[in-house]
This record gives sequence, structure tokens and C-alpha cells, in this order.
Amino acid sequence: MTAVVAVDAIAKRFGAVAAVDEVTLGVAEGEFFALLGPSGCGKTTLLRLIAGFERPDTGRVLLDGRDITAIPPNRRPVNMMFQSYALFPHMSVSGNVSYGLEMEGMKGPERSRRVAEALDLVRLGDLAKRRPDQLSGGQRQRVALARALIKRPRALLLDEPLAALDKKLRGEMQVELKRLQHETGIAFLVVTHDQEEALAMADRIALMQDGRVAQMDSPRALYERPANRFVAGFIGLMNFFEGRAAAGGVEVEGLGLLKAEGGQSGEAATLAVRPERLRVHLAPISSESANTLAGTVVDISYLGQDQLVRVRVAGQSTPVMARVASATDVAARVTLGRKVWCEWPPEDGRVLLT
Amino acid sequence: MLKAPLSRRVLGAHLGLVYLFLYGPIAVLVALSFNESGLPTAWTGFSVEWYGKMLANAAIRAAVVNTLIVAAFSTLIATAIGTLLALGMERLRSSAAMDAAIYMPMIIPDIVLAIALLSFFTALDFTLGLHSIIAAHAVFNIAFVCVVVRATLKHFDKSIVEASIDLGASESRTFLRITLPVIFPGVLSGALLAFTLSVDEFIIAYFTAGAGPSSTTFPMQIYSMIRFGVTPEINAVATIVLGVSFVLILVSQRLRRDEPL
Amino acid sequence: MSELTRRLVLLGPGLAWFALFLVAPCAIVFVYSFLERGTYGGIDRVFTLENYTRAADPLYLGIFISSARIAAMTTLAALLFGYPAAYGIAAAPKRWQVPLLILVMLPFWSNYLIRTYAWIVLLNREGLINHGLEVLGLADEPLPLLYNDFAIVVGLVYGYLPFMVLALYSSIARLNPETLEASADLGASGLRTFLRVTLPLTVPGIAAGCVFVFVLSIGNFITPDLLGGGRTLMVGNLIFNQFLSARDWPFGSGLAFLLIALMMLLLLVQAVVARRAGGAGLHA
Repeated sequence: MTAVVAVDAIAKRFGAVAAVDEVTLGVAEGEFFALLGPSGCGKTTLLRLIAGFERPDTGRVLLDGRDITAIPPNRRPVNMMFQSYALFPHMSVSGNVSYGLEMEGMKGPERSRRVAEALDLVRLGDLAKRRPDQLSGGQRQRVALARALIKRPRALLLDEPLAALDKKLRGEMQVELKRLQHETGIAFLVVTHDQEEALAMADRIALMQDGRVAQMDSPRALYERPANRFVAGFIGLMNFFEGRAAAGGVEVEGLGLLKAEGGQSGEAATLAVRPERLRVHLAPISSESANTLAGTVVDISYLGQDQLVRVRVAGQSTPVMARVASATDVAARVTLGRKVWCEWPPEDGRVLLT
Repeated sequence: MLKAPLSRRVLGAHLGLVYLFLYGPIAVLVALSFNESGLPTAWTGFSVEWYGKMLANAAIRAAVVNTLIVAAFSTLIATAIGTLLALGMERLRSSAAMDAAIYMPMIIPDIVLAIALLSFFTALDFTLGLHSIIAAHAVFNIAFVCVVVRATLKHFDKSIVEASIDLGASESRTFLRITLPVIFPGVLSGALLAFTLSVDEFIIAYFTAGAGPSSTTFPMQIYSMIRFGVTPEINAVATIVLGVSFVLILVSQRLRRDEPL
Repeated sequence: MSELTRRLVLLGPGLAWFALFLVAPCAIVFVYSFLERGTYGGIDRVFTLENYTRAADPLYLGIFISSARIAAMTTLAALLFGYPAAYGIAAAPKRWQVPLLILVMLPFWSNYLIRTYAWIVLLNREGLINHGLEVLGLADEPLPLLYNDFAIVVGLVYGYLPFMVLALYSSIARLNPETLEASADLGASGLRTFLRVTLPLTVPGIAAGCVFVFVLSIGNFITPDLLGGGRTLMVGNLIFNQFLSARDWPFGSGLAFLLIALMMLLLLVQAVVARRAGGAGLHA
């Protein structure tokens, strides 16, 4: 299947900085795709290259397989929702929403019908006469969505769509964006720096670092099978044990062999384990099959459902993190300074070659 | 900022004095314009006689017409060019050199600009008249309009221009439908300021007007009234001129709503 | 449209206007300042440095010095009078600040001739102030308030105080109130906080205000002409006379160029001061 929008080995430099460095990716029909990464990783530049606001130094932008690199932004059948929403302050809500159709030369009842439809879609039908400065942040965002969606673009580009909203509203709008995407069937390409947002909304995520795609995968794969150290550290919390890959695991100085799948070569390697994969015991355990580490509790952070226990292990500069469900006996009895034993099965660790 | 009530009161009193200093002399002129005797020392009764005399003065009327012509055209030119200049400067990565160029006509002593323009027009054998005053006034007015419009552009969200293009508008359409309407209050504010400055400008007009009453502007008329025989009529003229300037400047400020210039 | 075309369309007209009606005229003045005066008031195309050496003649040097003295007194008075005013505005409740500032600036933008004329009415021998002093019995005979340096300084301060206040205000208003609170918290008295924190941090505003008031004053023509009564000649009047009565354009041009050079020098000083202090230049 051809992607709706795709970039092919696209690159863009600003002076000495490679903002986007030979990126190739495609968004499928009806897909919710997220570009995730820290600020300055090139994700917004990539979005602007697709919208046509930046010209690539090399590479192509493709729409349904057709090269649109040379087409100016006002003639590309993709639309953008700006981070600031970029509503026209001197026009009413309906003026903003109908603007795109007006530019297509559409007039009269057909246009009014489409505007009403778009406003209904974002549930703003009764605010059509208002001006942007009379709207709340969430309402403005809906106007921006309606304004972009009314053009029925092949793909909608969203630049940090939720960044300007407060936390509670953000959660609601995540659901709303998914609903809109589902109802319209338009491919969404969203840029975000917020991993939770990306994990919650996207079908697929491209995690970017320094202008390149570090990993492109489903949210689950990204979380559970990070391809490298950067991905593992960026998404969620992670324990890292530095050492050398050996048969059956990773050899870590001071801790011996930590068993894991995929160790082999003898090269430098890191074993990565999620804190929720660690089980904490208050008494020594010995297990042939699992990995065990003994240490002292140095911090307990209460997170509600869980608590995060940090355990200082001899030879490790950073404490090992373990997530303990609050409603357990262990959680009730663990205290600062107490000696504990952490355990995890080999298949829960992941060997990352560095 | 200041907590101590004593220092606050002292500052307040001082500020009051400053306003008295600034507006006292103006108030005196306004009062005098309604004094029947026209003398500053004796109030002989309320009268609008001096306003009548002023209106009956053909030289004043002709000068006012000239000034309005000069101000209207120089404002028109300066508003168009100054706005473009401001928009252009927004596109420069570093505008330090341009900033300096813009401030030049604002701070160069009027007398220097006046003699320079006189030398220039004479060297080119250019016939002096209202048109040369218009060209001269446009020089500093372009600078002022540019500064005012730039202040407006500071609050201008450039992504609305991209949004318009993204929605299918061409560049020229975006300019007419989006950029211009949004910055319009700033443009109008600059235009009003330019108009006021042109109406009030004396020295440059004096040097670039050429000989003869056909291009005498209102400030030139006022200068000769002050210089060669003060008649009480001038108080009426002063009141009208200050009143008109104040209104124009207040409207200009109101349109901008941000920091005053 | 390419970015270059765009810039050309936007910047072109303005730059062309400045080139034609500002740069070219100034260039002509610069050239004239090195030429000789013609017998009948025209220009003779003969190179000379005489216009500049003549400016160093005690007669003209004296005018430069007295102009500078008057401009300096004006600047000092405007600073002393303007600083507390600007501070007062910055200390006022936020929503009052802009209206208060507009009230200061309003006269600045209105007719300078008329505002100068107002002081003739006030300072005249038969003027309001002398009349008032007489009525109150404070003076037996009218004080010579008009047509002297005092009148010129008063007129110039009146003209440019608003500008000084604006420059100072934009500097003072940018102070972070927490730095003042921090100073107080660290044990400094109000006065010491002012001297050690407020004043140094507002140096850019002081420099900008002073340089501009000085430049505007020294090149002024109207105030010395109307309030000085022709007794005190300032550089502005001297240039005026060279062009309109003495008809010695080359010498007038030389004087104008010296004025511009002085102005540039002061602006440079101001820019350096502003940069040192970490602030920006003029924020009008």
C-alpha cells in the first residue's frame, strides 16, 4: 500500500545544524502517526517540510506516491494545525473555518453547509459568531481543527496540538483527536514532545533524535522492545546495567552475569529492565532462573497506585528502581534504609548493544 | 515596586509638579484665547472674538490649506513606504544596521536636514514648493510610521500568515486578507502620528518651501506671527492646533494599546 | 516570489526614499563643506579646509561651547526632574502606567513652536510670572526672565522632558522588582538599594535619555531664536544664519557636519554604555 504522505531520504540543514538528516517514513491511509522527540530533534522541521513551509536540501516529499516537493504549500492537499492555533484574530469562528473554502473559490450555500458541518464535527455549532479572543483554549483548538479539516486534506499535520492546554483538558482532547481522526478517516501526523500523549494516541510512533529516526514502531513495541539506549531511556523509566555481552546475558562488573536473552558477542552492552518488571522481596531469595540483586532502600516515592522504590546496589552508581503496587504487603513494609532483594526473570530484560 | 508610603507620596507630588509644568503653560494659552483683552495680565471677560479674527484671516486660511495638503500627501507616502519597510525589516535576520538607518531621520537635528534638503533641491535646480515639503516630510514620517508598525508587528503571530497559505491563499491574498487587516490599527496609528508631525513641522518646511506665500504652511505662518508682532489671535490659533494634535495623538495611542511612543 | 524579490519590494521604496532625500542631501552638504563660498553667495568648486578651520575660530568655538553648556544644563535639569517622575510612573499601579506616560508624551508630539511661544507669555516682562510676583509683592520690578540663557534652558527642558521620562521609564519599568526585594532582603536600606541596584541597572535609560536630550538641544533652532531673543546664538541659529542671511553655504555645511559628527559620537557612547550595562539601546 502506498503511504498517503511520505518523505524519502529528506534532509534539511540550518547553517551547520542538520535539523532533519535523511529521514524516510510514510503515513498510511487512516493512520494516526506521531513524531516524538525532545525539543530540537527536528520533528517540527520535518512537519514543516511536509507542509511545504521549508524546502528540503535533498530528498522528496510524496503524496499518494506523487512527488510534491516542488509544489508550494498553498497548493498541497495537506493542512496544518499550528501550535499557537494561528486563528485569524479579525475573523469570527465561521470566518476562520470558511477561509480555506473561500480560497478554493467555493461560494454560497455549499460553503455555508460545509462550514456548519465542520463546526458540528468539532461541536462548536453555537459559537460560530464569536471571535477567537472570546474563546477558551480548548475551543480555539477546535476551531483550528475545523479550519484545517474542512478542506478535507489527504493528511492533517498537527504541531504540538495539546501543548497549550492545561493538563486535564489535554486528556480530554486526546480522546477527542482520536475520535475526529476515526470519524474523518484522514491520516493524522502529529508532532509532540510528550511521550504519554504519543503512546496514548498514535498507531505508530517515530521517535526522533538529532534529525534522525531512532526507532519507528507501534507504541507497545517502542516501550517493550526499544531498539537502542536512547529509545529505552526516552520512553518511560528504565534501569540500565552497563557491561559486556556474554553467553546467556550481560556480564556486569561487581554483579556477575545478569541473565538475559540475546547476549552473545563480548561487545560492550547494556541490560535494560523496566522498574515494573522488578519484584521486591524483604527477605533473601535465591533463584536459579531469575536475576537477583541485594541492596538498601534509599528513596521511596509515592505515586498513588504504585510506589517507586530506589535501591542502592553495590557497584552501581545509580540506584536500581523498582515499581511496587501500593496495595501490597511489600509496599506497606518497605522503609528507608532497609535491606531488600530485587528479582526479575531473564526474559524481562533487554540487551542493548552500545 | 515601592512599598514605603512616604516615598510614594513624595513621588506622587513630584509627578503632579511635572504635569503642572507640562500642562500649565498650555492651560494659560487656552485661557488667554478666551480672554476678551487678549492680555495675559488682565481678565476682562470671556470672548470668542479672537477665534473669529483667526477665521477671518485669509493668510491663516491659506496656510492651513497648504499644511493639510502637505500633511495628507506626506502621510500617504510615508504610511505606504513605512509599512512596507517595517514588514521588510521583520524578514531580516539582523536588523541592527537598518535600525540605525531608521533612527537617523528621527534624531538628525531638523536644521541639518533642512539645509541638506535645501542644498540638494537647489543643486538639482528643483523648483521648490509644496511638493518639496512633501518629499522632505515623508523622510522623517517614513521613519516614524516604520517604528510604530514594527511595534505592532512585535505582537504579530507570524503563524497566521502560514496558516493562510496552508489553507490555499496566495501570498498577495494573504497580505490583503490577513496581514494588512491585523496590523491595520498599527498602520493607522503610525499614519496619525505622521500626520500630526507633518502638520506641526516648521524648520524643514521653512527651508524647502521656496519663496512666496503660495507655499507658506501653517507653522510658518505661526512663526511669523510669534516673531513679528504677537497679536492675541495667536492664542486662538494655539488652542486649536494643540487641541487637534492632542486628539490625533490620543487616537493614535489608543489604536496601539501597547507601550506609548 | 523569491525571498530576495520580497525584500526588494518591501525595503526598496523606503531605502530609495532615504537614499534620495536623506543620504544624497547629506552627501551634498558634506561636499559643500570642503568648497569655497562664491562671491555672490553661491558655491565655488575649489577645495578648501577653511570652513573647518574657521569653526575653530574663538568666535565660533565660543558658540559651540555655549551651545554645549546650555544643552548640558538642559540635560541635567531634565534628568533630575525626569528621573523621579519616571520612577513615580513605574511605581504606579500597572493599569495607570500607560495613561500616565501618554500624558507625559502628549505635549512632546504636539506643536513645538506653540509650546515655545507659551513661555514667551509666561516669562515676558509683562508676562504672567512677573505679574504674579508683583501682585504677591515678591518683586518690585519685573525680573529679566526672557531673552537669556535661563529662558532657553527652561524652553528646552519643557520641550524634551517628556522624552527623558520615556527613556528612563522604559529602563526602570524593566527592572525586576524581585531584585529590589532581594536587595532589601539582604539588608540594604531603601537609599542603598537605589544607589547600588536601581541606579546601575537603569544606566542604559539614563544614557539614552541624556544623549538624545543633549543632541536635540544642541541642534535646536526655535528655542534660542524665540526665547533667546537672538542674544544667545546657538549652533542651530548659526547654521540657519549661514544659509538664510549670511549666504555662506559652505561654512554652514561645515558647521552642520560638525554637529552630525558630535551627534554620532554621542550615540556611539550611548550604544557602548547600553551594551556594557547589558541592556539594549533606545527602546522608544
